[in-house]
Amino acid sequence: MQECHIAVDDLACRRGDQLLFSDLSLVLSPGEALHVSGPNGIGKSSLIRILGGLLRPVAGTVKRKGAAGLLDEHPALDPAIPLGSALAFWQRIDGGCDNALARLGLSGLLDVPVGYLSTGQKKRAALARLFGQNAPIWLLDEPLNGLDSDAVALTESLTAEHCRAGGICIIASHQPFTMAGLRHLELAGFAP
Amino acid sequence: MTRQLWALMRRDLARLMIGGQRGGSVLPILFFLAVAMLFPFAVGPDALLLARTGGGVIWVAALLAAILPLDRLIAPDIEMGFFDQWALRGISEEWVIAVRFLAHWLSFGPPLMLAALPAAALLGLESETLRLVELGLLAGTPGLAALGVIIAAITAGLKGGAALSGLLVIPLAVPLLIFGAGSLSTGGDSGIALTAACSLVLIAIAPFAGGAAVRATRDG
Repeated sequence: MQECHIAVDDLACRRGDQLLFSDLSLVLSPGEALHVSGPNGIGKSSLIRILGGLLRPVAGTVKRKGAAGLLDEHPALDPAIPLGSALAFWQRIDGGCDNALARLGLSGLLDVPVGYLSTGQKKRAALARLFGQNAPIWLLDEPLNGLDSDAVALTESLTAEHCRAGGICIIASHQPFTMAGLRHLELAGFAP
Repeated sequence: MTRQLWALMRRDLARLMIGGQRGGSVLPILFFLAVAMLFPFAVGPDALLLARTGGGVIWVAALLAAILPLDRLIAPDIEMGFFDQWALRGISEEWVIAVRFLAHWLSFGPPLMLAALPAAALLGLESETLRLVELGLLAGTPGLAALGVIIAAITAGLKGGAALSGLLVIPLAVPLLIFGAGSLSTGGDSGIALTAACSLVLIAIAPFAGGAAVRATRDG
């Protein structure tokens, strides 16, 4: 796995006129996982997007080493084409890594157009896309939404494996996430 | 990088080309032909009048047809999270927009030039006028495609962006129309050269303007 590291210093985030959180500092080394929790609207998703470089913070710095993969509510798979072709597009972009299709229970769904998949199946397909990206840093925004208990356990074990292999995981979720050695961050503590 | 751009191009062409997903560019081409077909019904079967005004009608129809595919050009990819995923992989918005422009023109320009042949027959154009129309479209459609991509990116984050993009394209396409359709009345190649110059300016701006517009949708 590629070398990775995240260092966040004095981060502040604003959406519109509202300051969501400020003075947030954290450091994550390879193999570590962080669970960001807090009520809706506290800025969990914004934090994830700032860490991925998709959103600019109003103050503070983010130093990230290593590529980041994002899993959020958008699966980024074309709804009109079969799942196999939609995932093949990302494999061509990412250089053809393993998708863990069999483990995610997607092998039988490759001919089904993405638009016909259920919420949970789409989420698993997005996990396959993330897995195939082979990025050392995983940014998971509400990864358990819409998943059944088996898929929840599978997501948790995939995340644990990723960290054991030397990756970093940041999970933003209001749901409990079970994993050995998981660090916690209550974002409400940084709200003004 | 080349591999990634090639993958982008393949996806864009599969989505946009005729026979692609959701019909690709069939609808704008049929719309273009429909306008050319309706015009003789509206002004009457005066062959002289049709031959004199037909070239201009083809240009107006091409411009209007260029507006039709705009709402599906950029906005769905932002909504579905594609641009976020590309940004995370280090593929800049500028490259995506440049590839999108090329695919959009390939799916729209050459089919339109082909459709101009039956349209010219319907309007009874002379062969010399047809030559100028085809050359003008060759010079002008890349500019229309680049303009379309820019406007589609700017209106992507807005509610009712489809109607707004039509209103924004029309004034900005006026130079293309003046020089392109103007070459018909003056009968010279200078009009076509100026159309091509307009197109080149728009193509040069498109990746940067479109890329900035896509990035701006993230800071809401």
